[in-house]
Amino acid sequence: MPSLVGEVGRMDAPLLELRNLTKVFTTGGLVHRRILKAVDNVSFIIPGDKPMVITLAGESGSGKSTIGRLIIGEHTPTSGNILYQGRDVRYMSRSDRRSYVREVQMVYQDPYSTYNPLYVVDRILRMPLRNFKLAKSKEDEDRMIKGAIEAVNLSADRVLGKYPHELSGGERQRLIVARALMLRPRIIIADEPVSMIDASLRAGILNDIERLKNEFGVSFLYITHDLSTAYTISQRMIVLYRGSIVEEGDIEKVVNAPKHPYLQKLIESIPLPNPEMKWKEKLSMRTEEITYKTEESGCKYYGRCPLAIDRCLKETPRLAEIELEHRVACHLYA
Amino acid sequence: MEVHDLKVYYMTAAGAARAVDGVSLVITRGEIVGIVGESGCGKSTLAAGILRLVRPPCYVKGGRVLFDGVDLMSLGHEEIRKMRLKRFSWIPQGSMNSLNPIKRIRDQIRDGILAHEESSHTDVSKRIRELIEMVGLPPETAMMYPHELSGGMRQRAVIAIALCLQPQFVVADEPTTALDVVVQRAVLQFITGIKDDFGSSVMLITHDMAVTAETCDRLAVMYAGKLVEVGRVEDVFKEPLHPYTKALIEATPSLLGKRKLRMLSGFPPSLVNPMPGCRFRERCPEYNCQKCGDEEPSLHEVGSNRMVACHLWWGK
Repeated sequence: MPSLVGEVGRMDAPLLELRNLTKVFTTGGLVHRRILKAVDNVSFIIPGDKPMVITLAGESGSGKSTIGRLIIGEHTPTSGNILYQGRDVRYMSRSDRRSYVREVQMVYQDPYSTYNPLYVVDRILRMPLRNFKLAKSKEDEDRMIKGAIEAVNLSADRVLGKYPHELSGGERQRLIVARALMLRPRIIIADEPVSMIDASLRAGILNDIERLKNEFGVSFLYITHDLSTAYTISQRMIVLYRGSIVEEGDIEKVVNAPKHPYLQKLIESIPLPNPEMKWKEKLSMRTEEITYKTEESGCKYYGRCPLAIDRCLKETPRLAEIELEHRVACHLYA
Repeated sequence: MEVHDLKVYYMTAAGAARAVDGVSLVITRGEIVGIVGESGCGKSTLAAGILRLVRPPCYVKGGRVLFDGVDLMSLGHEEIRKMRLKRFSWIPQGSMNSLNPIKRIRDQIRDGILAHEESSHTDVSKRIRELIEMVGLPPETAMMYPHELSGGMRQRAVIAIALCLQPQFVVADEPTTALDVVVQRAVLQFITGIKDDFGSSVMLITHDMAVTAETCDRLAVMYAGKLVEVGRVEDVFKEPLHPYTKALIEATPSLLGKRKLRMLSGFPPSLVNPMPGCRFRERCPEYNCQKCGDEEPSLHEVGSNRMVACHLWWGK
């Protein structure tokens, strides 16, 4: 059923909107069929009025990468809608769809496997230009490639004509960012872009993200499990737990005054680079991996939550605003 | 554990790559020492050198490793094998992938124990139950195969094997990369807890400065095969003496406050033909000294329990 808003694009609509997005994966055959709800009724927006870095945080298996893949169309949602500038991406016209594919770009975690090792890196930059027919001539093409490389603080002489293995992890990842940038995107989805890169080079790429946001007006959806880097570069944060949003809002509020018991535990467990502030209580390894119930209703954190009440088992908590720019899905605050 | 001027090289087509080039370090009983540095600086090779785990094309060029007064380099293979697991052990990098996929967890731990001790079947089974309990795994995991466990659980199974004979010295090589934050905390707290439980020493290899701040007593910073700074964790974070240490700390993001992350330009030098003088010179933000180009700084004692290899420090 086509969405009603999808028919006409609205100018005041957010840049990107996810509405009750759900993705269910089914594995196994007829006998051992298992259903995994990777993304469970997730809604959020990326506003269009000013560019920002929004973090999508969560532990492995929380569905954060799946959301990224749903947005770029690598997976199709089981239910729910993705709206780009007010238009549902599933019912877009061919030309709208084409500009959507160009304007929403993705940068993956592994900066090596994105390349074909048999070709020089120029190719990965040239292909999208040709595909979208962005360059008028060969010279134009070269100029755009050079410009993009310089925008990510690399020198064109150093990287062009090289094979992927001749570049460092940091350079490879920056080239992928350059490639995304060349298509003049509105949104770049960066899925753990620095988790495979050395600590000393990580800072450079994070600074790049911030600079590109300011200079080129690109919004970033920064998908990560690392809240320290997220805090450094982003303005908003969305925290996922097993496919659902548990807390969302302004980064300062979410990090400095976390409300959901899961996020509180998570933030407390992040190592701080200050030897005078060490972890206080000892965490037992046992409690952290309790296998959870798979019932439809109730809070997913129930099994691990130290503050759980009866209501948490019966009723699924909804995301509710507890202060301006800060929403939590927990019965303790409702 | 005393390491004197250890040199471990790799044979490459271009010549010997000096992955560990004259490292000296003393680790006392019941101490947790963090080894930090970028990838490729020789951290893991240092561990392999200390534990006599080097395999071609890697070889030990020179130096001595004294463990409780015994020179490990002079021992034969059989003698070293007898010491492994019992006296010292190793939690390898990416250890969740280092289990044997076709053996039950129980049998893998049993192999470790029986290789060193002759004990009765019931004794061993009891020990295995205790070990599994100790690392916080549910008892059923003993009968499971590695693929049935999550990454964090496999990691703990490896830790259970590494600690099955209560060794006095444990090397943990990036034990928590790829683990979730909460599980990372539980694993780190457990590893550092063996210091209190068995009085063992731990050498923790990592690239994450925040992890060392949270867990270690002392810190050794490694750059291009050499130690550049050694000191108590509190001292090093309060006042890093080597410009590289300072850069590492400044590149670490933190929830404590927003600040611009500083990044080092350039790359670590080639380990095959290291440049003369200080190896950090080309990337050094404070490079200003003629001496840096001419003479390689050596690790000098500066104050109590503190060492640094930098000419600038002596200029001050």
